[in-house]
Amino acid sequence: MTLQTMIQILAGGLCKSILIFVLTLVGSMPLGLLVAFGRMSKFKPLSLFIKLYISIMRGTPLMLQLMVVFFCPYYLFGIRTGTHYRLVAVIIGFVINYAAYFAEIYRGGIEAIPMGQYEAAQVLGYSRARTFFTIVLPQVFKNILPAITNELITLVKDTSLAFAISYSEMFTLAKKIASSQSTLMPFVVAGVFYYVFNFVVAFGMERCEKKMAYYR
Amino acid sequence: MKLLEMNGIQKAFGELEVLKDISLSVSTGEVVAIIGPSGSGKSTFLRCATLLETIDGGSITYLDQKTAWTENGIVRYADAQALRKIRGYFGLVFQNFNLFPHFSVLRNLTDAPVSVQKRDRAEVTELAMGLLKRMGLEGKEHAYPYQLSGGQQQRVAIARALALRPEILFFDEPTSALDPELTGEVLKVIRSLAEEHMTMVIVTHEMAFARAVADRVVFMDGGVIVEQGAPEQVLGNPTQERTRRFLERYSEQP
Repeated sequence: MTLQTMIQILAGGLCKSILIFVLTLVGSMPLGLLVAFGRMSKFKPLSLFIKLYISIMRGTPLMLQLMVVFFCPYYLFGIRTGTHYRLVAVIIGFVINYAAYFAEIYRGGIEAIPMGQYEAAQVLGYSRARTFFTIVLPQVFKNILPAITNELITLVKDTSLAFAISYSEMFTLAKKIASSQSTLMPFVVAGVFYYVFNFVVAFGMERCEKKMAYYR
Repeated sequence: MKLLEMNGIQKAFGELEVLKDISLSVSTGEVVAIIGPSGSGKSTFLRCATLLETIDGGSITYLDQKTAWTENGIVRYADAQALRKIRGYFGLVFQNFNLFPHFSVLRNLTDAPVSVQKRDRAEVTELAMGLLKRMGLEGKEHAYPYQLSGGQQQRVAIARALALRPEILFFDEPTSALDPELTGEVLKVIRSLAEEHMTMVIVTHEMAFARAVADRVVFMDGGVIVEQGAPEQVLGNPTQERTRRFLERYSEQP
């Protein structure tokens, strides 16, 4: 196999890794906000349930969670899932896992906003929803950007865990090529791809932080 | 006309009774200064008046509109829609400004009138620019709060409250978070509002200022109003021993 073919195959895998990355963010970032609300809820049963959920998501390996999501329909309900279910399982697994982490980041950010901001908004007549979306959330967003960057970078690397259920993203392909061709080369190429991917993510986030630096 | 009437206000935090049966009414154009030692309940009283705290007993009435009242020992508040309207009657200037840091000075002033009161943006912007000029903050409309001094931030906060065109303006120790040199510029602005007969209730530690601008001084201690009256009388010739002691201790301080 020529290096060029190898790169072509791995680039195809990279596209799937990017797909996992994007779909996970689209799902987990808004879901994380809902989870954070649940965690902060004054309704005890809900906040305890969410606490348990977060604890499980953070306390068990993501790889194991992917396996459970992938095999659960068959072993629990006897449903035979088609091949397309692989991607669905990957996304479900990643979304519910990352939502837990994002939720805790959001919670930290929300709780760091001074009470005075809420009181000022209340006296000025803002509704609770408007207070949250126009006063609180923009400030939370700025404060949590560094923590979000960490999560994004981890997520780029975590996409490789999809190999556990043989979804053909970049790492799964690299492993296949490496064992069939007995060469280290695909890992080197995949490594470079991951690095570049993360470099772009970090660069983008830095731009974001600079953009938000107009106030303190 | 009575703008605000508060009768028999009670408030406790757990076991601690902070307000014990306090009554105060404010008429149009009147400037009331509330003084008293720390922990006397002045700020809590202001927070009850501005609906940031709920009362445990008594009644609050703004412009003849029942805001809160006690029925068979249970405090009831007006419904959400009425309260929204009532909130439009008053403004509050906080001790630590509480400007919105992510909004420019101009947006701090215009956001609530436009998005809450649904007023015309052009009209509000013009009003806001006029207010900034009056506050001596010309040219600062595009600055962000962190770029301003404490005194400037507090003047923006006053302008922000005025932009909503309140009937009555409350101040919660407006100069306590400021350096002495910045205190003057804020007091000057409040004084100019008093000259225009803006109705104001000011919790303050600035005795000379209270004497100069207030029509009435209220001395609070231990959750009750000990004495109230004209500034010359309360500050110059108090009838109550507690007031005298407080003023003596106060004048001893550097």
